[in-house]
Amino acid sequence: MSDTPADLRYTKTHEWVRVLPDGLVEIGITDHAQHALGDLVFVEVPEMGRKVGARDPLAVVESVKAASDVYSPLAGTVAAANSALASEPERINHEPYGGGWIARLRPDDAGTVASLLTASDYGKLLEAEGE
Amino acid sequence: MAFIPHTPEDVAEMLAAIGVTSIEQLFDEIPASVRAGELSGVPEAMSEMEIGKLMMQRAGADGLPLSFIGAGAYEHHIPAAVWAIATRGEFYSAYTPYQAEASQGTLQTIYEFQTMIASLTGMAVANASLYDGASAFAEALLMAVRIHRKSSSLKILVPRAVHPHYRDAARAITSQQGLKLEELAYDPQSGRTPLEALQAHEGADISALAIQQPNFFGVLEDADALSDWARSRGMPVIAIVNPTSLALLRPPGEWRGAADIVVGEGQPLGVPLSSGGPYFGFMASRMEHVRQMPGRIVGRTLDVANEPGFTLTLQAREQHIRRGRATSNICTNQGLMVTAATVYLSLMGPRGLERVAAACHARTRELHGALCRIEGVRAAFTGPYFHECVLQLDRPVAPVLDALAARDILGGFDLTPYYPELGHALLACATETKTSADIRTLASALRDALQAQHAA
Repeated sequence: MSDTPADLRYTKTHEWVRVLPDGLVEIGITDHAQHALGDLVFVEVPEMGRKVGARDPLAVVESVKAASDVYSPLAGTVAAANSALASEPERINHEPYGGGWIARLRPDDAGTVASLLTASDYGKLLEAEGE
Repeated sequence: MAFIPHTPEDVAEMLAAIGVTSIEQLFDEIPASVRAGELSGVPEAMSEMEIGKLMMQRAGADGLPLSFIGAGAYEHHIPAAVWAIATRGEFYSAYTPYQAEASQGTLQTIYEFQTMIASLTGMAVANASLYDGASAFAEALLMAVRIHRKSSSLKILVPRAVHPHYRDAARAITSQQGLKLEELAYDPQSGRTPLEALQAHEGADISALAIQQPNFFGVLEDADALSDWARSRGMPVIAIVNPTSLALLRPPGEWRGAADIVVGEGQPLGVPLSSGGPYFGFMASRMEHVRQMPGRIVGRTLDVANEPGFTLTLQAREQHIRRGRATSNICTNQGLMVTAATVYLSLMGPRGLERVAAACHARTRELHGALCRIEGVRAAFTGPYFHECVLQLDRPVAPVLDALAARDILGGFDLTPYYPELGHALLACATETKTSADIRTLASALRDALQAQHAA
């Protein structure tokens, strides 16, 4: 059973969102997603200052099996990217909700976070997908 | 012989398994408006015997003229061993192997090829080849846009002195993705792309700069100055090179603004002219960009028994995995041509290739001298050249070339449709295959043609 922390929000495409005290939102991929991808060998993080729309490709995570897009859960501007992933992509495998964060956005509308899936919604989605 | 092994029963069973009733249904998502419909003008299938006869006729129509045409495809001596080896059954029937690691010999050949291209171009990594030089150039433009993420203009500076067919192919392939090719003028005296042409773009958001060395006119660009200008402004540099010339010229990886991507036409490396194809493109890059490189890359590894072996690597962004978001959906490798090139380069070695390049340059100097002594012929440019040069005639080029063709001589490539500003301009090439006697034959025929037309 995958780990889905209750204090985060989620997307159907397996990203998670954490609202930080300074109003930025931190984004990563879920434990389920990292497990499905297998050992990550490369992560392409977004450029600072890039504007993204909701569901736009934000980053690329590459395992030995596949390269997959990470979609932005909401619209905003990239305020930070996790540069540590350049040399340690496996952080996403080891701590998907911590040191494996991918990017931080300044959201265009902080209110949209509430429209994302709760941990319980996301858990049901995984069950329906047959985890 | 049928190449599709499935019986109608097999097909019906497969369709039933995925819940559709016809193969046509699999293509439902392609709207009718973009489908080609019935193809007209495609003849009936022919037997091997019929196609053999037709090809012999076509080859006969080409004849064996004395050719001084280069313009992107070059007649070089090909040692007999090249195609004797390349057409061995083990290589000849092997298209890109889809069960790649089962074909260790094919993978090793590609690996050796990649190593040779990387070494020739002075780059860290090369791929398993692309269709041809022009499509490799188009792929390089797309790749440059992917690697230069700070730029959003999609504008690429491309000298007018880059091969016009390459520019056309690049526009056709990249325009739907929004790329814009901004033309850089050449200096009408030297035939080189001047630094001032770049300086006009100072401060603008530009995605990349392309440099062809030698350029389409055969003239050597000031690659150090041009590449340095781009790299020092954070722009990736795309080099288009003639592989033979790299035996003499400093490779793009060692330019003052070391190139990010190097592409070119591989035909000069052991592939015959063959009425225009098949040829192959090559592509090399810096290691930091390897994940943005299209096409296949063979790597060397250790297997479970710790034995060395070869494998396709960095495939995660290829189309069989990433579908519509793959780095490229139009690239393949040209297995057989690459095999020939690998054998050619092995037989030549660095010294042999250097001798070929030096002989080409010497022959073209001889050609340049002999033709410029003819009344009504003058050199168009003052810049140094490798194995091609532009000549200006005192009258339209096409009828002169026709007169030469009547004597079984192809006197060069008529530049008039592509560069009308050059007047009656002709691009001529002499490789190591042309002797002094061949050059005298051309010079004498050209003198005759010009005199005859004077008299007329």
